[in-house]
Amino acid sequence: MSLLQAKQVSFSYNSKKLFKGNDQTNKILNEISFTIEEGSCLGLIGTSGAGKSTLGKVVLGIQRPQQGQVLFQGHDIFHANKATKQQIRRNLQVVFQDSFSAVNPRMTAERIISEPLENYEKLTVGEQRKKVIELLERVGLNKKDLNKYPHQFSGGQLQRINIARAIALKPKLIVLDESVSSLDMVTQSLILELLSELKDDYGLSYLFITHDIKAAFSISDQIGVLEKGELIELYDSKDQFFSSKHPVVKRLRDSILAEHPRFRTLQRQTLVKKQISLGEEHLKDERKR
Amino acid sequence: MTARIRSILKSQKVIVICSSILCVLFLMALFAPWLAPNDPVVVNLAHKLQKPSLIYPFGTDHLGRCTLSRILYGARISLGFAMLIFVSALSIGLIIGIIAGYIGGWVDQLLMRLGDGLMAIPSLLFVLGFVGIWGAGLKQVVLGLIVVQWVYYARVIRGMVLSLKEQNYITAAKISGSSTWTIMKKHIIPNVLPSLAVMGTLEMGWAIMNLSSMSFLGLGVQPPTPEWGAMIHEGKSYIRTNPALMIYPGLMIMLVVVSFNLLGEALSERFEVKRR
Repeated sequence: MSLLQAKQVSFSYNSKKLFKGNDQTNKILNEISFTIEEGSCLGLIGTSGAGKSTLGKVVLGIQRPQQGQVLFQGHDIFHANKATKQQIRRNLQVVFQDSFSAVNPRMTAERIISEPLENYEKLTVGEQRKKVIELLERVGLNKKDLNKYPHQFSGGQLQRINIARAIALKPKLIVLDESVSSLDMVTQSLILELLSELKDDYGLSYLFITHDIKAAFSISDQIGVLEKGELIELYDSKDQFFSSKHPVVKRLRDSILAEHPRFRTLQRQTLVKKQISLGEEHLKDERKR
Repeated sequence: MTARIRSILKSQKVIVICSSILCVLFLMALFAPWLAPNDPVVVNLAHKLQKPSLIYPFGTDHLGRCTLSRILYGARISLGFAMLIFVSALSIGLIIGIIAGYIGGWVDQLLMRLGDGLMAIPSLLFVLGFVGIWGAGLKQVVLGLIVVQWVYYARVIRGMVLSLKEQNYITAAKISGSSTWTIMKKHIIPNVLPSLAVMGTLEMGWAIMNLSSMSFLGLGVQPPTPEWGAMIHEGKSYIRTNPALMIYPGLMIMLVVVSFNLLGEALSERFEVKRR
């Protein structure tokens, strides 16, 4: 049995009016299906506004889709009974993009990390503190950081605290919603390293949502491309992705900058040429009409 | 340590001065029975309209009552009931604002339209209505002012909760398994309260002004109970011969209201809180 299964999930935002006007629906996700196996990582890439974050929220059970099902270990997360729901909740965690907004500015690191512990595990004060220190050390921070407030940390350190909070309950699946996107290159690679270590240690699965293709490949076992609310294709390997003929994938691939700046100008020239030729074709079509 | 205190005194001059004035006034109200030289309600027509003397430091009014004692006892009513209005309006506003903001939907619509309805009626009219139904008296006026005032708190708090609700850390708390009650207790109320304290300081001045003006109109505190607004009302017939009867309580109201307003301004500047 797969860990998480999304079946034809569709989601749209309704803008309901108090006095009935035309209900405007805005389709964000359109019949999306995928599965995540235990211990694996599914990377989702797509441009801004493709519906990546919404999909993340649906998987987490925060946004209820209008159609389709999300099954976690075979249980529908939106129609489970209360006890099952609580179990699912503790097994589904999240790490957001903006580490500063994901923590309450009035709480110390200790209180931030112990929040899920307080909710699920009835520990004594001493046990809880020990556990929090353990978690801090696991994510590369130390005891001294226990009583610091969020503004005393750097973005990367705070993201580590967010990760510590996410792994506190030993969940099965963590949704990484652009978790490394706002970090610098060095911190990004360190956090990615930490994430893949944790994945092996705890047997975690990830849903890695990103627009950074390189980051996605460094950690994912499977890559999905999301465009305008549709899951276009799923790829099991890098080669498959790079040999795909799908125009959206091609465009994403072309957007990866070449390593050497000289190649970048070449790349740009070919892009411009392509656009010109596209324009010409368009003109030809116009003339024909 | 002393250097630090000195630097705070220097940088937060307005806050320090205003809050110490208010502290003194509150202490004055609290210890009125020990501080007052005479009984504030004892009538002694033989001593009426006297000039300041050792026995009556601020003189006496038209019934021979000690003005200073009346001002000290009046502080109890003015400050105490203004505090009561402030605290009850704040608590009601806090509860309703959080419910409306956090739950949203039709609950929000219902509560906020109710608030709009109350705000559509001028506050003076509202209090007059209460007095018209149940007769003049402090209780009615206080009740009327609370009913008018909670709406402002509720609206501001609702707005704050609406923006807090969209914060990622609230979502993260939900995902951590926190219940709605835990989220309110741990994340929403602590983030709302500091701005409320600032807003409350500004509103205290408003409450004292209103309470005094109602008493001045003869709707609130009834004689012989001393209250600043009522004292101005009683003194107004003697404005030509004994203006001091109006000046002393008037100065007190001004001092309190100005202190509260300046303190509120300074605090809101310091904590960058937006006013309604």
